[in-house]
Amino acid sequence: MFKSLAPPEYLATIDQVKCIRCKRCIQNCGWSVYSWGGDKVVIDTQKCVKCLRCYHYCPEEAIEINDNPVKFKNNAYWGFNHIRNLKRQSETGGIPLTGMGSDQPYTILFDHLLIDACQVTNPSIDPLREPMELRTYLGKKPSSVEFEKGGGKPKLKTKMPPQIKLSMPVIFSPMSFGSISLNAQKVLAIAAKECGILMNTGEGGLHEDLLPYKDSIIVQVASGRFGVNPDYLNAGVAVEIKIGQGAKPGIGGHLPGEKIPLEVARARMIPVGTDALSPAPQHDIYSIEDLRQLIYAIKEATNYKPVSVKIAAVHNVAAIASGVVRAGADIIYLDGFRGGTGAAPAIIRDHLGIPIEHAIAAVDDRLRQEGIRNEASIIAAGGIRSSADAAKAIALGADSVAIATAALITMGCTVCGKCYTGNCSWGITTQRPELTARLDPEIYAERLINLVHAWEHELKEILGALGINAIESLRGNRERLRGIGLDAETLDILGVKPAGR
Amino acid sequence: MFDIDAKGVRFGELNASIREAVARGEKEIRVKHVNGQYYIGDGLRGGAVITIEGVPGNDLAAFMDGPTLVIKDNAQDNIANTMNSGRIIIHGHAGDVLGYGMRGGRLHIRGDVGYRVGIHMKGVKKQSPTIIVGGTAGDFFGEYMAGGTLILLGLDEKDAKPPEGAQPLEGGHPLVGDYLATGMHGGVIYIRGEVDKKQCGAEVGVMELDAEDIKALKDALIPYCADFGLKLEDVMKKGFKKLIPVSSRPYGNLYAY
Repeated sequence: MFKSLAPPEYLATIDQVKCIRCKRCIQNCGWSVYSWGGDKVVIDTQKCVKCLRCYHYCPEEAIEINDNPVKFKNNAYWGFNHIRNLKRQSETGGIPLTGMGSDQPYTILFDHLLIDACQVTNPSIDPLREPMELRTYLGKKPSSVEFEKGGGKPKLKTKMPPQIKLSMPVIFSPMSFGSISLNAQKVLAIAAKECGILMNTGEGGLHEDLLPYKDSIIVQVASGRFGVNPDYLNAGVAVEIKIGQGAKPGIGGHLPGEKIPLEVARARMIPVGTDALSPAPQHDIYSIEDLRQLIYAIKEATNYKPVSVKIAAVHNVAAIASGVVRAGADIIYLDGFRGGTGAAPAIIRDHLGIPIEHAIAAVDDRLRQEGIRNEASIIAAGGIRSSADAAKAIALGADSVAIATAALITMGCTVCGKCYTGNCSWGITTQRPELTARLDPEIYAERLINLVHAWEHELKEILGALGINAIESLRGNRERLRGIGLDAETLDILGVKPAGR
Repeated sequence: MFDIDAKGVRFGELNASIREAVARGEKEIRVKHVNGQYYIGDGLRGGAVITIEGVPGNDLAAFMDGPTLVIKDNAQDNIANTMNSGRIIIHGHAGDVLGYGMRGGRLHIRGDVGYRVGIHMKGVKKQSPTIIVGGTAGDFFGEYMAGGTLILLGLDEKDAKPPEGAQPLEGGHPLVGDYLATGMHGGVIYIRGEVDKKQCGAEVGVMELDAEDIKALKDALIPYCADFGLKLEDVMKKGFKKLIPVSSRPYGNLYAY
């Protein structure tokens, strides 16, 4: 057997003069890049993924991780990853996997949209002095309301469909126990409860440790049906049917056996160390009518809790969304092609689906045209990096956004994209007990709560600058967006004017 | 015995009255004139015995957790979808995608079943589902199976006619369709009769039963025979084959890391 011809992506180096032989890098690296050679640390750089755990835990700053300079000859067409993946495929015959959202240089529409602000003719609002309303309700809204008049306050006569109250229009995207560690799920749950928002179990069951947070949890049902029983369906505030995921639209999920120790296997009711297979289709859903059947099966089993349907943003997303809403979904969750994943074939992640910005605009337009926009709330996800992205998504027509990668970054994630290996040195996308123990839920929840509060302040600042005091006034308000560097057709699809007009 | 008349009643109302009766503590319930209503017994708990007269609609006993449903007639698709515990006894035939993701309890069908029955079944030591089919089954029987027990008996072969090109039973009708147990990675399937390896997914091995299997099989069949007035000796007269996964990671080599 010869050495792999796929060169290492990164070069890990240790300054032997600075190194005090404390071996912390050996302990910290989940990928076994470092080992003890008797008198110094030995490096196997082929294994390095540049997660930077070692760098942060080296007391002497003796470690440096660089992109491998010995790459293939520079070529604008045959990129490093093209050639490297071909080599790996020729050696294994397998499909190269990736984690996190696509890193390919497609146009980022959020970066071509700018938000309006008030000057002279209409006053802006000081969010430090005036109340700003970010509260958001997810669920069906009645098309009209009636009141009972009589003495005193008028009373609402219309029976309201179930609503989920959010303190702000940002929630956490689904990530299962299995794809991430239980401690990472706890971080999300603690922060969701504290911030008055939601986390989502993903398709891996609801661990009993999360029960205290059940009023801040959406439970998910997907094709593998892992962990789904009546207690589970009734535990959270809503149930989500997962049809697709932005990072891997149209394909199923394979949680690798490396990430299935006893506890995960028990939660999913499958053998230890087997791959957890969620096939591409749910074989009881081949049509909108079938989807309706599952939606109502869940509603019947939960005394009519709201049901969310998660779909990937694909070419025909507007028509599909219309069908999903007509099938009875209370919430439609759109996941753009930049959306993250714990494991997806690179070829799928990087080449299938459409950007979330297009999908929000197209779905919002279609539902309005058909007069059913009130029938379901839209959650937009798939690459929301900042509160500005969130504000733009809401102005395009979303009711709320969902974040996952941004939340994981508060736990130490450096977006190295190797989630599928189960070796995450930060204890996030791994089930190895020595690694997950690093992620103290209480400590890291504080960091995530900080992030959510920071976004809350930023969103209020944006609203203030816009001269509006409720997020409701920004929702679908594309007049307050302008496009820059976008062609006429793209502007038309997004429903925004070019900057300067 | 508490009677509920389903004639002309929509599913929501019908299920609400069944739930109400169960909540009130009725132990035996008879639902008369059922005609295709969906979701009967959906998410239902407790230990009631519910007899259904007529043909119930899709998603019968989805997510059900405890009760016993006796269906005197045929039943339709998606029965016992992700069912957690309880018993379903179907005296006639049943349709496609039965016991999808089933996690516990028993589904006994006297007649034939359609496609994708017992797919994605799961089980652990403490809780494991069983499906027993008295007649024949379509394609993808036990696909992606991860746990539990699937038993196919082919009891009525004499009545059936052979479709063209299909692998015939003694009487002619195929006992089971193609893609048998494709992607199976846990659990066990027992089939009464011969199984051609060509019908099966690459992930399973076809084996003879050992003493332990015979015991497990008999334990599973005793209540089944009791439900339908069959004799265990008659069912056991013919030999069985066992299907189990040959690998716990059927797609372990699919990816390059």
